[in-house]
Amino acid sequence: MATSTLADQARQNGKGEQAESEAAASGGATDLIGSLFGRAAGAIGERLTGRLTADLDDRDPDYIRETLPRLWLLSTIWFRGEVRNLGNIPEEGAVLMVGNHSGGNVTPDTHILTLAFHTYFGVERAFYQLAHNLVVASPIGQLLRRYGTVSASHEHARQALETGAALLVYPGGDWEVHRASWERHKVDFAGRKGFIRLALDQDVPIVPVVSVGGQETALFLGRGNRLARGLGLDRLLRLKVLPVSIAPPWGLNVGDFLGHIPLPAKITVEVLPAIDLREQFGSEPDIDEVYDHVTRLMQEALDALAAERRFPVVG
Amino acid sequence: MRLAECVEVSAPPEAVWDYLAEPDHYLRFMSGVTRWEVRGDKRSGKGARYRMLIRIGAAEVGGLIEMIEWHEPRDMAWTSITGVDQRGRFRIRRLPRGRSRVELRYQYGVAGSGVFGWLSEQVSAPTLGRHVRRTLHQLKRQVEHERLRAEAESRRRSREAASA
Repeated sequence: MATSTLADQARQNGKGEQAESEAAASGGATDLIGSLFGRAAGAIGERLTGRLTADLDDRDPDYIRETLPRLWLLSTIWFRGEVRNLGNIPEEGAVLMVGNHSGGNVTPDTHILTLAFHTYFGVERAFYQLAHNLVVASPIGQLLRRYGTVSASHEHARQALETGAALLVYPGGDWEVHRASWERHKVDFAGRKGFIRLALDQDVPIVPVVSVGGQETALFLGRGNRLARGLGLDRLLRLKVLPVSIAPPWGLNVGDFLGHIPLPAKITVEVLPAIDLREQFGSEPDIDEVYDHVTRLMQEALDALAAERRFPVVG
Repeated sequence: MRLAECVEVSAPPEAVWDYLAEPDHYLRFMSGVTRWEVRGDKRSGKGARYRMLIRIGAAEVGGLIEMIEWHEPRDMAWTSITGVDQRGRFRIRRLPRGRSRVELRYQYGVAGSGVFGWLSEQVSAPTLGRHVRRTLHQLKRQVEHERLRAEAESRRRSREAASA
């Protein structure tokens, strides 16, 4: 449950601060800067964890319905969004949608897919999205919760699927979403296979969702994962990255904590046919085999979508 | 937002009505419509329900609709049960020399969506207006084509009967 996640996180934060204190004691300018940054991040983390009590009931279908027009405007005019083959999502029952993630902290692919899902199936069909704790706890997190966004945890995912809802997960998470722009046509889940165990535990089909264009909404220069590790962000805020990008209105944008104004890149999303794991891989599927299969299918679909694009941003 | 267009069809109202009454025909002539599926036991008539979707911009928009008027061969109207608020109506009126005037009225919006709702209606209006016009022209073509085929079939049978 959400409360246990909070407790775990608070303990992690405590350990993180202690570790940072020890590092500072050992001397060195880098360690000192790291320690100060870590303390600040730890304090922020403690404040943020207090906001992570979002549960499934925060989803508000009336609010979604009333705000779909603004999402439609954004998706249609700014991103020229196109979503294909939504009919591949089973009409009823729980389903685990697995996507590749792009666009830094702004993630236009999620907005467009959320719009398309709700207009296609109606706001009456429950649809949840897992997001990083920092996203859910941010100022816009309040709005996202009403759209069905919950902090990423196995418990939240299990609860959502048990209610028969559709659940969207991005296994690549912050690792994939901040990849460099020149790796934009690459599916990179960083070997995370939790979604397969989740689908098997809940006995739900996996529906791969592939999007292209999101990584062209800014010039992403790199994840800054070494920097994040050096500053202790991985322990304090579960952040494996401290991305560096060039994006309006900031110019050089480190961290992307406040988001950015995305360039109006054309976003295309394609939903692939559902995969029933036990039907396709037997009663006890091999996790690695399933992982390879899903990522290969997604990479092939992404390659096909990328081949349709003539120019970056323009599409 | 309210849209209305009309077209003259070289067929009597009964022929137009027969074509409109069959739900399987809607994907053939309704421009932009990606789904028109019967929901429930009733295929047509007052109270029949359909799941309809129409592609506008980045999304397929629509929802569950229900026929609320069914006055053969003059008026049929539907309203939304779920999804985007919408009302649609086909008005068929008799013209001289076996012709008909068919009008399609379509109203849509999202109640409570405020200024963004109004803005999205304005932005989508040209696209939907084109769909409405195209729908009527495709309906005209289909009905007139069906009528020509029926007349040709009738002539063929007459010839066969005469030769026999």
